[in-house]
Amino acid sequence: MYRYDEVDHRLVRERVVQFRDQTRRFLAGELSEDEFRPLRLMNGLYIQRHAPMLRVAIPYGHLRSTQLRKLADIARRYDKGYGHFTTRQNIQFNWPELSRVPDILEELSTVEMHAIQTSGNCVRNTTTDAFAGVAADQLFDPRPYCEIIRQWSTMHPEFTFLPRKFKIAVSGSVEDRAATMVHDIGLHVSRNEAGEAGFRVIVGGGLGRTPMVGEVIREFLPRQHLLTYLDAVLRVYNRFGRRDNKYKARIKILVKAMTPEGFAAKVEDEWRHLKDGPATLRDEDVAHYASFFVDPAYLPLADEPAELTGPLAEDKAFARWFERNTRAHRQPGYRSVILSLKETGAPPGDISDEQMEAAADWADRFGFGELRVAHEQNLVLPDVAQKDLYALWQTARKSRMATPNIGLLTDIISCPGGDFCSLANARSIPVANAIQQTFDDLDYLYDLGDIACNFSGCMNACGHHHIGNIGILGVDKNGEEWYQITLGGSQGSDTAIGKVIGPSFAQADVPVAFGKIMQVYLERRLDGERFIETLRRVGVEPFKERVYAPLH
Amino acid sequence: MPRYIKDGKAQTDGWRLLRPGDDGALPSVPSDEDVIVPLAAWLQDAVRWQNRPGRSGVLLSPDDDPALLEPHLAGLALIAIDFPAFTDGRGYSLARLLRERYDYAGELRAVGDVWPDLIRSLWLVGFDAFLIKDGKEGEGGDDYNTFSDSYQVNFRQPQPLFRRRVTRP
Repeated sequence: MYRYDEVDHRLVRERVVQFRDQTRRFLAGELSEDEFRPLRLMNGLYIQRHAPMLRVAIPYGHLRSTQLRKLADIARRYDKGYGHFTTRQNIQFNWPELSRVPDILEELSTVEMHAIQTSGNCVRNTTTDAFAGVAADQLFDPRPYCEIIRQWSTMHPEFTFLPRKFKIAVSGSVEDRAATMVHDIGLHVSRNEAGEAGFRVIVGGGLGRTPMVGEVIREFLPRQHLLTYLDAVLRVYNRFGRRDNKYKARIKILVKAMTPEGFAAKVEDEWRHLKDGPATLRDEDVAHYASFFVDPAYLPLADEPAELTGPLAEDKAFARWFERNTRAHRQPGYRSVILSLKETGAPPGDISDEQMEAAADWADRFGFGELRVAHEQNLVLPDVAQKDLYALWQTARKSRMATPNIGLLTDIISCPGGDFCSLANARSIPVANAIQQTFDDLDYLYDLGDIACNFSGCMNACGHHHIGNIGILGVDKNGEEWYQITLGGSQGSDTAIGKVIGPSFAQADVPVAFGKIMQVYLERRLDGERFIETLRRVGVEPFKERVYAPLH
Repeated sequence: MPRYIKDGKAQTDGWRLLRPGDDGALPSVPSDEDVIVPLAAWLQDAVRWQNRPGRSGVLLSPDDDPALLEPHLAGLALIAIDFPAFTDGRGYSLARLLRERYDYAGELRAVGDVWPDLIRSLWLVGFDAFLIKDGKEGEGGDDYNTFSDSYQVNFRQPQPLFRRRVTRP
């Protein structure tokens, strides 16, 4: 994992000093609310429904156990004892006091953390595959490039006031687990004719009010040109993106207006002047960053030790958890473990201070002191020896982070919704909980298999409802909360935007509608066919008919 | 903090910024006064602006194309870039283009909704003069030294930090 050098440390401390002064000026009345807003947003600070909300950056979702303990400590001393992991692999605190935010930032700086650019119209936290570095299907490790992008984007003097927020995702694996097709810029591994691995550059994807799948503007970008090319894309967007209407200010609108070919040509023209400039990455530059992401000291272990196979055969609950919550690893004798933050009754992505400390302890005891935040709002222990899985599961169960539901219908991705967010039109958490309760029977849930359910409380789509196989969007009708269902969304190699199936539902009717959709799936599926595959094969009509059929 | 800063020091500003009136015409000024005129007006009559007794600089709006000025840059003493709102970042890209692509060497001045908080990033992209917005002069905020380094290539630091880290002197 990347370690700060003295320059990183100094810059983060200087940012704390700067923000402390800006906060002081606001509290003293020297800055108006309008003037303070863009300054505080660029430091992740929102004024929310109940209190300020502080979003802390977790670059590409990587955490050390010491950092997670610090987050637990902050949750306990400055907040109400919990935090919320977001789809951008960050963590949010919902109840800090505005005047104490600079102190929180100072504490974060001691563990190489900050809140820089977690909001605002700038380049946000770069995201990647939660299994980067350990995934079996990886063609190159995206993490050095993520760190290079993190540094390039941090306080970039030219791109501090873009037309809108800007999100970049990177994936170095065959399977795209970073949703690169629905980001402002997606970088997904591709190969040239010589067989070298570089980046396919995808621009103009995004969710929100106008969901779009991105366009490939360059099939192959050699990796050494990463930063000069990013500079070119950002400069074209900064100069020509719309600023008159915030709903039309995202790069996807510009790409559409210019056509992907026109946009690509404009970028190439800009790039001509930047290409091979000083920001070109040499092998030794990349090697410097790659040196932080070398393999930990894996033990020479064999796959399927008796400590694993015994419990798997004897303990059905453990076997279920193993099947759903662990993943294959590049290193023999190891698995990656997903700690579910989707227990029924708990808001998706929420984590208590005790749970943070427990997870940090497991990272030390069963791993190499590292964790990941998955964009599905779960925690990942990337390197757990197979012989330790049974012990880990037993203790994770006690801490309620072993719900065996990863990838299942109850592993709901959700924004915090109207209970917290001042933008939301509807609450997410009670409806997410109602769905979890409705599908609480594990046998039934397992029979349904892989289903991505995504939930957003408003059009801003923080819960990525458009790319859920089933998506829910909270809508406001004359002051009442309603819920619109979309079907057919997906991420990864088959990225698609879901379609609204019809009129929205009252809160109590959402689980009922889900039940009917599942009935249709079970009736129509072919052997071994996943929900999304059945849906694609039979179309949305049979689902619509059942959901909207008169009761009598 | 004073209203006009150049090269890090408070200065007396001898230039007058001419913005078109409601009728679209520029206010008339004595011919020996130093004036800054909008790009369109300047391009319309570049020879006259260049040959008057007083000096003439150009005001760029954020959506102006700096390439239009390229043939005139060598003789220009001042370019001002307008920031209609401090959250409008287009002027930062224009500054880099003028400095780094077109090698403009004269004064590059930020005008409009310009705050002390912005000076450092404006300086990094090539501005060397700042006309601070009325009422913002006295505030604290940023200056050149808020941050002791920067990660990226910029006009003041053509070597990115990653290069300086790896290539030690």
